Amino acid sequence: MSGALQDWKSQKKSFAAVVTAPVFWLALFFVAPMAIVWLYSFGQNAGPADIEISGTLDNYKRATEWLYVSIFLKSFAVAALTTLLCLIIGFPVAMAITFAAPKWRPWLLLGIMLPFWTNLLIRTYALMALMGTNGYMNKGLGGLWEGASWLRTIVGMQPLEAWTPVQLLYNNFAVVLGLVYVHLPFMVLPLYSALDRLDRSLIEASLDLGAGHFKTFMQIVVPLAAPGIVAGVMITLIPALGAYLTPDLMGGTDSQMIANVIERQFKRANDWPFGAALSFLLIYAMFILIAFQSMRANKVKEA
Amino acid sequence: MMFNRTPIAPLEYTRKLWMRSWVGLTMLFLYAPLIILMVFSFNDSKRNVVWKGFTLKYYEKALHNDSLVEALVNSLTIATLATIVSLVIGALAAVALWRFRFPFKGLVEGTMSLPIIVPEICLGVAFLIFFAKVDWPTDLPWPLNLSAITIAHITFCFPFVAMVVRARLASFNKEEEEAAKDLGATEWQAFRDVLLPHIRPALVAGALLAFTLSLDDFVITFFTSGPDTITFPVKVYSMVRFSVTPEVNAASTILILLTVILTFIALKLQGVKGIAETH
Repeated sequence: MSGALQDWKSQKKSFAAVVTAPVFWLALFFVAPMAIVWLYSFGQNAGPADIEISGTLDNYKRATEWLYVSIFLKSFAVAALTTLLCLIIGFPVAMAITFAAPKWRPWLLLGIMLPFWTNLLIRTYALMALMGTNGYMNKGLGGLWEGASWLRTIVGMQPLEAWTPVQLLYNNFAVVLGLVYVHLPFMVLPLYSALDRLDRSLIEASLDLGAGHFKTFMQIVVPLAAPGIVAGVMITLIPALGAYLTPDLMGGTDSQMIANVIERQFKRANDWPFGAALSFLLIYAMFILIAFQSMRANKVKEA
Repeated sequence: MMFNRTPIAPLEYTRKLWMRSWVGLTMLFLYAPLIILMVFSFNDSKRNVVWKGFTLKYYEKALHNDSLVEALVNSLTIATLATIVSLVIGALAAVALWRFRFPFKGLVEGTMSLPIIVPEICLGVAFLIFFAKVDWPTDLPWPLNLSAITIAHITFCFPFVAMVVRARLASFNKEEEEAAKDLGATEWQAFRDVLLPHIRPALVAGALLAFTLSLDDFVITFFTSGPDTITFPVKVYSMVRFSVTPEVNAASTILILLTVILTFIALKLQGVKGIAETH
Protein backbone atom coordinates (compact mmCIF):
# COMPACT_ATOMS: atom_id res chain seq x y z
CA MET A 1 0.00 0.00 0.00
CA SER A 2 1.06 3.58 -0.56
CA GLY A 3 2.40 5.46 2.40
CA ALA A 4 1.53 8.90 3.72
CA LEU A 5 1.38 11.96 1.51
CA GLN A 6 4.40 14.17 1.37
CA ASP A 7 4.15 17.81 2.20
CA TRP A 8 4.88 19.92 -0.87
CA LYS A 9 7.35 22.08 1.07
CA SER A 10 9.63 19.13 1.73
CA GLN A 11 10.29 18.67 -1.97
CA LYS A 12 9.58 21.95 -3.64
CA LYS A 13 11.46 21.15 -6.82
CA SER A 14 9.77 17.84 -7.58
CA PHE A 15 6.43 19.31 -6.60
CA ALA A 16 6.85 22.22 -8.99
CA ALA A 17 7.97 19.85 -11.73
CA VAL A 18 4.79 17.76 -11.57
CA VAL A 19 2.19 20.36 -10.66
CA THR A 20 3.00 23.28 -12.94
CA ALA A 21 1.94 21.95 -16.31
CA PRO A 22 -1.48 20.52 -15.28
CA VAL A 23 -2.46 23.55 -13.20
CA PHE A 24 -1.29 25.95 -15.88
CA TRP A 25 -3.24 24.07 -18.56
CA LEU A 26 -6.39 23.89 -16.46
CA ALA A 27 -6.27 27.57 -15.60
CA LEU A 28 -5.57 28.80 -19.10
CA PHE A 29 -7.61 26.39 -21.22
CA PHE A 30 -10.44 25.43 -18.94
CA VAL A 31 -11.06 27.90 -16.14
CA ALA A 32 -10.45 30.97 -18.31
CA PRO A 33 -12.83 29.90 -21.13
CA MET A 34 -15.51 28.90 -18.62
CA ALA A 35 -15.08 32.20 -16.76
CA ILE A 36 -15.55 34.13 -20.00
CA VAL A 37 -18.77 32.23 -20.72
CA TRP A 38 -19.95 32.97 -17.19
CA LEU A 39 -19.23 36.70 -17.64
CA TYR A 40 -20.94 36.74 -21.05
CA SER A 41 -24.07 35.32 -19.49
CA PHE A 42 -24.42 38.66 -17.68
CA GLY A 43 -23.88 40.64 -20.86
CA GLN A 44 -25.80 41.93 -23.83
CA ASN A 45 -25.19 42.40 -27.54
CA ALA A 46 -23.82 45.91 -28.02
CA GLY A 47 -22.98 45.60 -31.70
CA PRO A 48 -22.70 43.01 -34.44
CA ALA A 49 -19.53 41.50 -32.95
CA ASP A 50 -19.39 43.27 -29.65
CA ILE A 51 -20.66 42.06 -26.31
CA GLU A 52 -20.93 44.37 -23.38
CA ILE A 53 -20.78 42.78 -19.96
CA SER A 54 -23.25 44.99 -18.15
CA GLY A 55 -24.19 42.75 -15.25
CA THR A 56 -27.72 42.37 -16.56
CA LEU A 57 -29.85 39.43 -15.50
CA ASP A 58 -32.03 39.66 -18.62
CA ASN A 59 -30.57 36.48 -20.13
CA TYR A 60 -31.51 34.46 -17.08
CA LYS A 61 -34.93 36.13 -16.97
CA ARG A 62 -35.47 35.14 -20.59
CA ALA A 63 -34.47 31.56 -19.75
CA THR A 64 -37.41 31.35 -17.34
CA GLU A 65 -39.87 31.91 -20.20
CA TRP A 66 -42.09 28.89 -20.63
CA LEU A 67 -40.58 28.04 -24.03
CA TYR A 68 -37.16 27.46 -22.50
CA VAL A 69 -38.40 25.95 -19.25
CA SER A 70 -40.40 23.43 -21.27
CA ILE A 71 -37.34 22.52 -23.34
CA PHE A 72 -35.36 22.00 -20.14
CA LEU A 73 -38.13 19.81 -18.72
CA LYS A 74 -38.42 17.90 -21.94
CA SER A 75 -34.66 17.30 -22.13
CA PHE A 76 -34.79 16.02 -18.61
CA ALA A 77 -37.73 13.72 -19.37
CA VAL A 78 -36.01 12.33 -22.48
CA ALA A 79 -32.74 11.79 -20.56
CA ALA A 80 -34.60 10.12 -17.67
CA LEU A 81 -36.51 7.80 -20.01
CA THR A 82 -33.27 6.94 -21.81
CA THR A 83 -31.60 6.15 -18.49
CA LEU A 84 -34.51 4.00 -17.35
CA LEU A 85 -34.51 2.01 -20.60
CA CYS A 86 -30.74 1.58 -20.40
CA LEU A 87 -31.12 0.30 -16.84
CA ILE A 88 -33.86 -2.17 -17.80
CA ILE A 89 -31.93 -3.46 -20.81
CA GLY A 90 -28.52 -3.26 -19.18
CA PHE A 91 -29.16 -4.91 -15.81
CA PRO A 92 -29.77 -8.45 -17.10
CA VAL A 93 -26.80 -8.03 -19.45
CA ALA A 94 -24.56 -7.00 -16.54
CA MET A 95 -25.90 -9.96 -14.52
CA ALA A 96 -25.20 -12.33 -17.39
CA ILE A 97 -21.64 -11.05 -17.73
CA THR A 98 -21.03 -11.30 -13.98
CA PHE A 99 -22.20 -14.88 -13.76
CA ALA A 100 -20.77 -16.03 -17.08
CA ALA A 101 -18.02 -18.65 -17.21
CA PRO A 102 -14.64 -16.95 -16.57
CA LYS A 103 -13.41 -17.65 -20.07
CA TRP A 104 -16.42 -15.92 -21.60
CA ARG A 105 -16.56 -12.90 -19.31
CA PRO A 106 -13.81 -10.76 -20.87
CA TRP A 107 -15.18 -11.33 -24.36
CA LEU A 108 -18.69 -10.33 -23.35
CA LEU A 109 -17.24 -7.22 -21.75
CA LEU A 110 -15.30 -6.49 -24.89
CA GLY A 111 -18.54 -6.93 -26.83
CA ILE A 112 -20.10 -4.16 -24.77
CA MET A 113 -17.04 -1.92 -24.94
CA LEU A 114 -16.27 -2.09 -28.64
CA PRO A 115 -19.32 0.00 -29.64
CA PHE A 116 -18.42 2.41 -26.85
CA TRP A 117 -15.10 3.00 -28.59
CA THR A 118 -16.63 3.31 -32.03
CA ASN A 119 -17.22 6.80 -33.30
CA LEU A 120 -20.47 8.25 -31.96
CA LEU A 121 -21.36 9.92 -35.25
CA ILE A 122 -20.84 6.70 -37.20
CA ARG A 123 -23.00 4.77 -34.76
CA THR A 124 -25.76 7.36 -35.02
CA TYR A 125 -25.49 7.33 -38.79
CA ALA A 126 -25.61 3.52 -38.88
CA LEU A 127 -28.77 3.52 -36.78
CA MET A 128 -30.32 6.19 -39.00
CA ALA A 129 -29.63 4.13 -42.12
CA LEU A 130 -31.40 1.20 -40.47
CA MET A 131 -34.40 3.30 -39.47
CA GLY A 132 -34.93 5.21 -42.73
CA THR A 133 -38.08 4.70 -44.76
CA ASN A 134 -36.13 2.27 -46.96
CA GLY A 135 -34.22 0.76 -44.06
CA TYR A 136 -34.37 -2.71 -42.60
CA MET A 137 -36.51 -1.74 -39.65
CA ASN A 138 -39.26 -0.68 -42.01
CA LYS A 139 -38.78 -3.86 -44.01
CA GLY A 140 -39.14 -5.90 -40.82
CA LEU A 141 -42.29 -4.04 -39.82
CA GLY A 142 -43.61 -4.50 -43.36
CA GLY A 143 -42.99 -8.23 -43.06
CA LEU A 144 -44.91 -8.37 -39.78
CA TRP A 145 -47.73 -6.38 -41.34
CA GLU A 146 -47.97 -8.77 -44.28
CA GLY A 147 -47.89 -11.71 -41.89
CA ALA A 148 -50.79 -10.21 -39.95
CA SER A 149 -52.63 -9.61 -43.20
CA TRP A 150 -52.08 -13.23 -44.24
CA LEU A 151 -53.35 -14.47 -40.85
CA ARG A 152 -56.50 -12.42 -41.35
CA THR A 153 -57.15 -14.00 -44.74
CA ILE A 154 -56.70 -17.44 -43.17
CA VAL A 155 -59.46 -16.82 -40.65
CA GLY A 156 -61.61 -15.46 -43.45
CA MET A 157 -61.25 -11.75 -42.81
CA GLN A 158 -60.39 -9.03 -45.30
CA PRO A 159 -56.60 -8.64 -45.82
CA LEU A 160 -55.04 -5.45 -44.50
CA GLU A 161 -54.18 -2.63 -46.85
CA ALA A 162 -50.76 -2.75 -48.46
CA TRP A 163 -47.90 -1.73 -46.15
CA THR A 164 -46.74 1.84 -46.45
CA PRO A 165 -43.35 2.58 -44.91
CA VAL A 166 -43.64 4.58 -41.71
CA GLN A 167 -41.48 7.48 -40.73
CA LEU A 168 -39.42 6.10 -37.85
CA LEU A 169 -36.88 8.89 -37.89
CA TYR A 170 -37.23 12.56 -37.02
CA ASN A 171 -39.45 12.20 -33.98
CA ASN A 172 -39.14 11.77 -30.22
CA PHE A 173 -39.15 7.99 -30.47
CA ALA A 174 -36.08 8.09 -32.70
CA VAL A 175 -34.28 10.40 -30.25
CA VAL A 176 -34.90 8.09 -27.29
CA LEU A 177 -33.93 5.00 -29.28
CA GLY A 178 -30.78 6.74 -30.54
CA LEU A 179 -29.82 7.85 -27.04
CA VAL A 180 -30.38 4.34 -25.64
CA TYR A 181 -28.28 2.90 -28.45
CA VAL A 182 -25.43 5.28 -27.75
CA HIS A 183 -25.51 5.18 -23.94
CA LEU A 184 -26.17 1.51 -23.22
CA PRO A 185 -22.47 0.63 -22.72
CA PHE A 186 -22.18 3.53 -20.23
CA MET A 187 -24.79 1.82 -18.07
CA VAL A 188 -23.62 -1.78 -18.37
CA LEU A 189 -19.99 -1.20 -17.34
CA PRO A 190 -20.59 0.36 -13.86
CA LEU A 191 -23.40 -2.15 -13.20
CA TYR A 192 -21.02 -4.95 -14.03
CA SER A 193 -18.28 -3.66 -11.76
CA ALA A 194 -20.74 -3.38 -8.85
CA LEU A 195 -22.22 -6.84 -9.43
CA ASP A 196 -18.77 -8.33 -9.78
CA ARG A 197 -17.86 -7.19 -6.25
CA LEU A 198 -21.06 -8.60 -4.81
CA ASP A 199 -20.70 -11.46 -2.34
CA ARG A 200 -22.31 -14.42 -4.09
CA SER A 201 -22.81 -16.39 -0.91
CA LEU A 202 -25.52 -13.87 0.04
CA ILE A 203 -27.49 -14.76 -3.08
CA GLU A 204 -26.96 -18.44 -2.44
CA ALA A 205 -28.09 -18.02 1.17
CA SER A 206 -31.23 -16.23 0.06
CA LEU A 207 -32.03 -18.96 -2.47
CA ASP A 208 -31.28 -21.70 0.07
CA LEU A 209 -33.56 -20.09 2.61
CA GLY A 210 -36.44 -20.35 0.21
CA ALA A 211 -36.66 -16.96 -1.48
CA GLY A 212 -37.38 -17.18 -5.19
CA HIS A 213 -35.15 -15.72 -7.87
CA PHE A 214 -37.30 -12.63 -8.21
CA LYS A 215 -37.43 -11.96 -4.47
CA THR A 216 -33.70 -12.56 -4.16
CA PHE A 217 -33.10 -10.19 -7.03
CA MET A 218 -35.25 -7.41 -5.56
CA GLN A 219 -34.18 -7.79 -1.93
CA ILE A 220 -30.55 -8.89 -2.19
CA VAL A 221 -29.05 -8.11 -5.58
CA VAL A 222 -30.57 -4.69 -6.20
CA PRO A 223 -29.80 -3.20 -2.74
CA LEU A 224 -26.25 -4.54 -2.82
CA ALA A 225 -25.69 -3.27 -6.34
CA ALA A 226 -27.16 0.14 -5.45
CA PRO A 227 -23.85 2.05 -5.72
CA GLY A 228 -23.35 0.63 -9.21
CA ILE A 229 -26.91 1.47 -10.18
CA VAL A 230 -26.48 5.05 -8.99
CA ALA A 231 -23.15 5.34 -10.80
CA GLY A 232 -24.67 3.90 -13.98
CA VAL A 233 -27.66 6.23 -13.76
CA MET A 234 -25.44 9.29 -13.32
CA ILE A 235 -23.04 8.28 -16.05
CA THR A 236 -25.96 7.83 -18.46
CA LEU A 237 -28.22 10.67 -17.34
CA ILE A 238 -25.59 13.43 -17.46
CA PRO A 239 -24.42 12.98 -21.06
CA ALA A 240 -27.97 12.19 -22.20
CA LEU A 241 -29.19 15.47 -20.70
CA GLY A 242 -26.58 17.41 -22.66
CA ALA A 243 -26.91 15.36 -25.84
CA TYR A 244 -26.56 17.36 -29.02
CA LEU A 245 -25.88 15.03 -31.91
CA THR A 246 -28.71 12.50 -31.51
CA PRO A 247 -31.60 15.00 -31.27
CA ASP A 248 -29.99 17.08 -34.01
CA LEU A 249 -29.72 14.23 -36.51
CA MET A 250 -32.55 11.91 -35.46
CA GLY A 251 -35.07 14.32 -33.97
CA GLY A 252 -37.79 16.32 -35.64
CA THR A 253 -38.61 19.98 -35.17
CA ASP A 254 -40.35 19.23 -31.88
CA SER A 255 -37.64 17.02 -30.40
CA GLN A 256 -34.98 19.65 -29.86
CA MET A 257 -33.15 19.32 -26.57
CA ILE A 258 -31.42 21.98 -24.56
CA ALA A 259 -28.05 21.48 -26.26
CA ASN A 260 -29.64 22.19 -29.65
CA VAL A 261 -31.12 25.43 -28.33
CA ILE A 262 -27.71 26.45 -26.97
CA GLU A 263 -26.07 25.66 -30.30
CA ARG A 264 -28.62 27.79 -32.13
CA GLN A 265 -27.75 30.83 -29.99
CA PHE A 266 -24.15 30.56 -31.12
CA LYS A 267 -24.66 29.74 -34.78
CA ARG A 268 -27.92 30.92 -36.32
CA ALA A 269 -29.53 33.16 -33.71
CA ASN A 270 -26.18 34.75 -32.84
CA ASP A 271 -27.19 35.64 -29.30
CA TRP A 272 -24.06 34.65 -27.41
CA PRO A 273 -25.00 36.11 -24.00
CA PHE A 274 -28.27 34.17 -23.94
CA GLY A 275 -26.50 31.01 -25.10
CA ALA A 276 -23.93 31.53 -22.35
CA ALA A 277 -26.70 31.82 -19.74
CA LEU A 278 -28.37 28.62 -21.00
CA SER A 279 -24.99 26.82 -20.91
CA PHE A 280 -24.48 27.75 -17.32
CA LEU A 281 -28.02 26.75 -16.39
CA LEU A 282 -27.29 23.33 -17.89
CA ILE A 283 -24.04 23.14 -15.89
CA TYR A 284 -25.90 24.09 -12.70
CA ALA A 285 -28.44 21.35 -13.42
CA MET A 286 -25.56 18.85 -13.61
CA PHE A 287 -24.16 20.13 -10.32
CA ILE A 288 -27.52 19.67 -8.63
CA LEU A 289 -27.71 16.07 -9.90
CA ILE A 290 -24.19 15.35 -8.66
CA ALA A 291 -24.91 16.99 -5.30
CA PHE A 292 -27.96 14.72 -4.92
CA GLN A 293 -25.83 11.70 -5.64
CA SER A 294 -23.10 12.60 -3.16
CA MET A 295 -25.70 13.42 -0.48
CA ARG A 296 -27.17 10.00 -1.04
CA ALA A 297 -23.72 8.39 -0.94
CA ASN A 298 -22.97 10.12 2.37
CA LYS A 299 -26.26 8.94 3.85
CA VAL A 300 -25.46 5.38 2.85
CA LYS A 301 -22.03 5.68 4.46
CA GLU A 302 -23.52 6.95 7.70
CA ALA A 303 -26.17 4.26 7.85
CA MET B 1 -29.90 -39.43 -19.63
CA MET B 2 -30.00 -38.30 -23.20
CA PHE B 3 -27.44 -35.62 -22.82
CA ASN B 4 -24.60 -35.25 -20.39
CA ARG B 5 -24.73 -31.55 -19.69
CA THR B 6 -24.52 -30.65 -16.05
CA PRO B 7 -27.74 -29.20 -14.67
CA ILE B 8 -27.92 -25.43 -14.45
CA ALA B 9 -26.78 -24.27 -11.02
CA PRO B 10 -28.82 -21.52 -9.34
CA LEU B 11 -26.22 -18.83 -10.01
CA GLU B 12 -25.48 -19.81 -13.58
CA TYR B 13 -27.79 -17.10 -14.85
CA THR B 14 -25.87 -16.97 -18.09
CA ARG B 15 -26.93 -20.49 -18.97
CA LYS B 16 -30.61 -19.69 -18.71
CA LEU B 17 -32.32 -19.37 -22.04
CA TRP B 18 -34.08 -16.06 -21.43
CA MET B 19 -30.88 -14.51 -20.14
CA ARG B 20 -28.99 -15.74 -23.20
CA SER B 21 -31.63 -14.41 -25.55
CA TRP B 22 -31.58 -11.09 -23.72
CA VAL B 23 -27.82 -10.76 -24.09
CA GLY B 24 -28.04 -11.95 -27.69
CA LEU B 25 -30.71 -9.41 -28.56
CA THR B 26 -28.76 -6.62 -26.87
CA MET B 27 -25.64 -7.52 -28.83
CA LEU B 28 -27.77 -7.63 -31.99
CA PHE B 29 -29.10 -4.18 -31.16
CA LEU B 30 -25.56 -2.87 -30.62
CA TYR B 31 -23.92 -4.52 -33.60
CA ALA B 32 -26.56 -4.98 -36.33
CA PRO B 33 -26.54 -1.32 -37.45
CA LEU B 34 -22.74 -1.27 -37.64
CA ILE B 35 -22.47 -4.58 -39.45
CA ILE B 36 -25.16 -3.66 -41.96
CA LEU B 37 -23.38 -0.35 -42.58
CA MET B 38 -20.10 -2.14 -43.17
CA VAL B 39 -21.61 -4.80 -45.45
CA PHE B 40 -23.46 -2.27 -47.56
CA SER B 41 -20.35 -0.17 -48.05
CA PHE B 42 -19.44 -2.90 -50.58
CA ASN B 43 -22.83 -2.81 -52.25
CA ASP B 44 -22.98 -1.82 -55.89
CA SER B 45 -26.01 0.39 -55.55
CA LYS B 46 -26.77 3.99 -54.65
CA ARG B 47 -29.76 2.97 -52.57
CA ASN B 48 -28.81 1.16 -49.47
CA VAL B 49 -31.20 -1.72 -49.00
CA VAL B 50 -30.93 -4.24 -51.79
CA TRP B 51 -27.74 -6.16 -52.42
CA LYS B 52 -26.66 -5.56 -56.02
CA GLY B 53 -23.21 -7.11 -56.01
CA PHE B 54 -19.77 -6.53 -54.58
CA THR B 55 -17.86 -3.39 -55.39
CA LEU B 56 -15.00 -1.36 -54.03
CA LYS B 57 -15.93 1.72 -56.01
CA TYR B 58 -17.14 3.67 -52.99
CA TYR B 59 -13.83 3.07 -51.28
CA GLU B 60 -12.11 4.36 -54.38
CA LYS B 61 -14.42 7.37 -54.37
CA ALA B 62 -13.87 8.00 -50.67
CA LEU B 63 -10.11 7.76 -51.06
CA HIS B 64 -10.23 10.14 -54.02
CA ASN B 65 -12.41 12.58 -52.17
CA ASP B 66 -9.67 15.02 -51.19
CA SER B 67 -11.62 16.83 -48.52
CA LEU B 68 -12.60 13.54 -46.85
CA VAL B 69 -9.01 12.29 -46.85
CA GLU B 70 -7.82 15.63 -45.57
CA ALA B 71 -10.39 15.47 -42.78
CA LEU B 72 -9.21 11.99 -41.84
CA VAL B 73 -5.57 13.09 -41.82
CA ASN B 74 -6.52 16.11 -39.69
CA SER B 75 -8.37 13.88 -37.23
CA LEU B 76 -5.49 11.46 -36.89
CA THR B 77 -2.98 14.31 -36.48
CA ILE B 78 -5.08 15.99 -33.80
CA ALA B 79 -5.63 12.69 -32.01
CA THR B 80 -1.90 11.91 -32.01
CA LEU B 81 -0.86 15.36 -30.76
CA ALA B 82 -3.64 15.47 -28.17
CA THR B 83 -2.74 11.98 -26.93
CA ILE B 84 0.95 12.84 -26.45
CA VAL B 85 0.28 16.07 -24.56
CA SER B 86 -2.60 14.57 -22.53
CA LEU B 87 -0.41 11.66 -21.54
CA VAL B 88 2.30 13.96 -20.18
CA ILE B 89 -0.01 16.40 -18.41
CA GLY B 90 -2.33 13.66 -17.17
CA ALA B 91 0.50 11.58 -15.73
CA LEU B 92 2.05 14.62 -14.05
CA ALA B 93 -1.30 15.58 -12.55
CA ALA B 94 -1.83 12.04 -11.28
CA VAL B 95 1.60 11.94 -9.65
CA ALA B 96 1.12 15.39 -8.10
CA LEU B 97 -2.24 14.46 -6.56
CA TRP B 98 -1.11 11.03 -5.45
CA ARG B 99 2.11 12.11 -3.88
CA PHE B 100 1.81 15.55 -2.36
CA ARG B 101 -0.20 17.39 0.23
CA PHE B 102 -0.53 21.02 -0.83
CA PRO B 103 -2.81 24.00 -0.29
CA PHE B 104 -5.98 24.10 -2.44
CA LYS B 105 -5.52 20.45 -3.37
CA GLY B 106 -9.27 19.83 -3.18
CA LEU B 107 -9.87 22.76 -5.50
CA VAL B 108 -7.34 21.50 -8.06
CA GLU B 109 -8.75 17.99 -7.86
CA GLY B 110 -12.33 19.19 -8.23
CA THR B 111 -11.51 21.50 -11.13
CA MET B 112 -9.68 18.73 -12.91
CA SER B 113 -12.71 16.46 -12.82
CA LEU B 114 -14.91 19.20 -14.29
CA PRO B 115 -13.94 18.76 -17.96
CA ILE B 116 -15.25 15.19 -17.61
CA ILE B 117 -18.57 16.29 -16.12
CA VAL B 118 -19.34 19.53 -17.94
CA PRO B 119 -21.54 18.78 -20.97
CA GLU B 120 -19.69 18.76 -24.25
CA ILE B 121 -21.88 21.49 -25.64
CA CYS B 122 -20.89 23.87 -22.81
CA LEU B 123 -17.21 23.11 -23.28
CA GLY B 124 -17.57 23.62 -27.03
CA VAL B 125 -19.26 26.96 -26.51
CA ALA B 126 -16.57 28.00 -24.01
CA PHE B 127 -13.81 27.28 -26.53
CA LEU B 128 -15.69 29.08 -29.29
CA ILE B 129 -15.92 32.22 -27.14
CA PHE B 130 -12.40 31.85 -25.78
CA PHE B 131 -10.67 31.51 -29.14
CA ALA B 132 -12.74 34.38 -30.54
CA LYS B 133 -11.93 36.56 -27.54
CA VAL B 134 -8.17 35.98 -27.61
CA ASP B 135 -8.12 36.33 -31.41
CA TRP B 136 -6.49 32.95 -31.89
CA PRO B 137 -4.85 33.06 -35.34
CA THR B 138 -6.75 30.94 -37.86
CA ASP B 139 -4.58 31.31 -40.95
CA LEU B 140 -1.56 29.37 -39.73
CA PRO B 141 0.04 26.73 -41.98
CA TRP B 142 -0.80 23.06 -41.37
CA PRO B 143 -0.57 21.54 -38.74
CA LEU B 144 -0.51 24.72 -36.64
CA ASN B 145 -3.99 25.61 -37.88
CA LEU B 146 -5.21 22.59 -35.91
CA SER B 147 -3.87 24.04 -32.66
CA ALA B 148 -7.20 25.39 -31.39
CA ILE B 149 -8.92 22.01 -31.84
CA THR B 150 -5.93 20.17 -30.37
CA ILE B 151 -5.91 22.41 -27.29
CA ALA B 152 -9.62 21.80 -26.78
CA HIS B 153 -9.11 18.06 -27.10
CA ILE B 154 -6.23 18.01 -24.62
CA THR B 155 -8.43 19.80 -22.09
CA PHE B 156 -11.06 17.04 -22.07
CA CYS B 157 -8.61 14.14 -22.59
CA PHE B 158 -5.98 14.69 -19.92
CA PRO B 159 -8.33 14.37 -16.90
CA PHE B 160 -9.22 10.87 -18.15
CA VAL B 161 -5.55 9.98 -18.42
CA ALA B 162 -4.98 11.36 -14.91
CA MET B 163 -7.85 9.24 -13.58
CA VAL B 164 -6.53 6.02 -15.10
CA VAL B 165 -2.94 6.67 -14.01
CA ARG B 166 -3.98 7.60 -10.49
CA ALA B 167 -5.94 4.38 -10.11
CA ARG B 168 -2.79 2.50 -11.07
CA LEU B 169 -0.59 4.53 -8.72
CA ALA B 170 -2.72 3.41 -5.77
CA SER B 171 -1.12 -0.03 -6.07
CA PHE B 172 2.43 1.34 -6.11
CA ASN B 173 4.62 0.45 -3.17
CA LYS B 174 6.35 3.65 -2.15
CA GLU B 175 9.05 1.66 -0.37
CA GLU B 176 10.37 0.57 -3.76
CA GLU B 177 11.02 4.17 -4.66
CA GLU B 178 12.58 4.88 -1.28
CA ALA B 179 14.82 1.85 -1.67
CA ALA B 180 15.95 3.15 -5.06
CA LYS B 181 16.78 6.51 -3.52
CA ASP B 182 18.59 4.89 -0.59
CA LEU B 183 20.69 3.03 -3.10
CA GLY B 184 21.73 6.32 -4.63
CA ALA B 185 19.17 7.01 -7.37
CA THR B 186 18.33 10.65 -7.95
CA GLU B 187 14.73 11.84 -7.83
CA TRP B 188 14.58 11.69 -11.62
CA GLN B 189 16.18 8.24 -11.85
CA ALA B 190 13.77 6.88 -9.26
CA PHE B 191 10.88 8.31 -11.28
CA ARG B 192 12.16 6.96 -14.58
CA ASP B 193 13.30 3.51 -13.47
CA VAL B 194 10.85 2.65 -10.70
CA LEU B 195 7.65 4.65 -10.93
CA LEU B 196 7.36 4.87 -14.70
CA PRO B 197 7.58 1.10 -15.32
CA HIS B 198 4.88 0.58 -12.71
CA ILE B 199 2.41 2.95 -14.36
CA ARG B 200 3.19 1.86 -17.93
CA PRO B 201 -0.03 -0.21 -18.35
CA ALA B 202 -2.06 2.78 -17.20
CA LEU B 203 -0.20 4.97 -19.67
CA VAL B 204 -1.05 2.58 -22.50
CA ALA B 205 -4.69 2.48 -21.42
CA GLY B 206 -4.79 6.25 -20.97
CA ALA B 207 -3.22 6.86 -24.36
CA LEU B 208 -5.76 4.61 -26.01
CA LEU B 209 -8.60 6.32 -24.20
CA ALA B 210 -7.32 9.78 -25.14
CA PHE B 211 -6.82 8.78 -28.76
CA THR B 212 -10.33 7.38 -29.14
CA LEU B 213 -11.92 10.28 -27.25
CA SER B 214 -10.18 12.74 -29.53
CA LEU B 215 -10.97 10.81 -32.70
CA ASP B 216 -14.57 10.47 -31.59
CA ASP B 217 -15.27 14.03 -30.64
CA PHE B 218 -17.76 15.90 -32.73
CA VAL B 219 -19.45 18.55 -30.60
CA ILE B 220 -16.41 20.36 -29.22
CA THR B 221 -14.62 20.19 -32.57
CA PHE B 222 -17.73 21.51 -34.33
CA PHE B 223 -17.40 24.70 -32.29
CA THR B 224 -13.64 25.10 -32.62
CA SER B 225 -13.09 24.14 -36.25
CA GLY B 226 -12.93 26.66 -39.04
CA PRO B 227 -13.61 26.19 -42.75
CA ASP B 228 -10.04 24.96 -43.32
CA THR B 229 -9.83 22.72 -40.29
CA ILE B 230 -12.43 20.05 -40.89
CA THR B 231 -12.04 16.84 -38.94
CA PHE B 232 -13.42 13.48 -39.93
CA PRO B 233 -16.53 13.54 -37.70
CA VAL B 234 -17.32 17.11 -38.78
CA LYS B 235 -16.98 16.10 -42.43
CA VAL B 236 -19.15 13.02 -41.98
CA TYR B 237 -21.70 15.18 -40.19
CA SER B 238 -22.00 17.53 -43.12
CA MET B 239 -22.18 14.59 -45.54
CA VAL B 240 -24.93 12.96 -43.47
CA ARG B 241 -26.79 16.24 -43.16
CA PHE B 242 -26.80 17.15 -46.79
CA SER B 243 -26.59 13.97 -48.78
CA VAL B 244 -26.25 10.45 -47.53
CA THR B 245 -23.85 8.87 -49.97
CA PRO B 246 -22.40 5.37 -49.91
CA GLU B 247 -19.02 7.09 -49.62
CA VAL B 248 -19.89 7.81 -46.01
CA ASN B 249 -20.42 4.08 -45.48
CA ALA B 250 -17.02 3.33 -46.94
CA ALA B 251 -15.28 6.03 -44.91
CA SER B 252 -17.09 4.93 -41.75
CA THR B 253 -16.07 1.33 -42.33
CA ILE B 254 -12.45 2.41 -42.54
CA LEU B 255 -12.75 4.21 -39.22
CA ILE B 256 -14.57 1.31 -37.55
CA LEU B 257 -11.83 -1.05 -38.69
CA LEU B 258 -9.26 1.38 -37.32
CA THR B 259 -11.05 1.27 -33.94
CA VAL B 260 -11.11 -2.52 -33.99
CA ILE B 261 -7.41 -2.68 -34.87
CA LEU B 262 -6.56 -0.26 -32.04
CA THR B 263 -8.61 -2.36 -29.65
CA PHE B 264 -6.79 -5.50 -30.69
CA ILE B 265 -3.41 -3.81 -30.30
CA ALA B 266 -4.51 -2.92 -26.78
CA LEU B 267 -5.58 -6.54 -26.26
CA LYS B 268 -2.20 -7.79 -27.36
CA LEU B 269 -0.50 -5.38 -24.99
CA GLN B 270 -2.70 -5.86 -21.97
CA GLY B 271 -4.91 -8.89 -22.40
CA VAL B 272 -8.71 -8.81 -22.41
CA LYS B 273 -8.81 -8.54 -18.65
CA GLY B 274 -6.54 -5.54 -18.52
CA ILE B 275 -8.72 -3.69 -21.00
CA ALA B 276 -11.87 -4.58 -19.13
CA GLU B 277 -10.41 -3.19 -15.92
CA THR B 278 -9.61 0.21 -17.34
CA HIS B 279 -13.29 1.05 -17.66
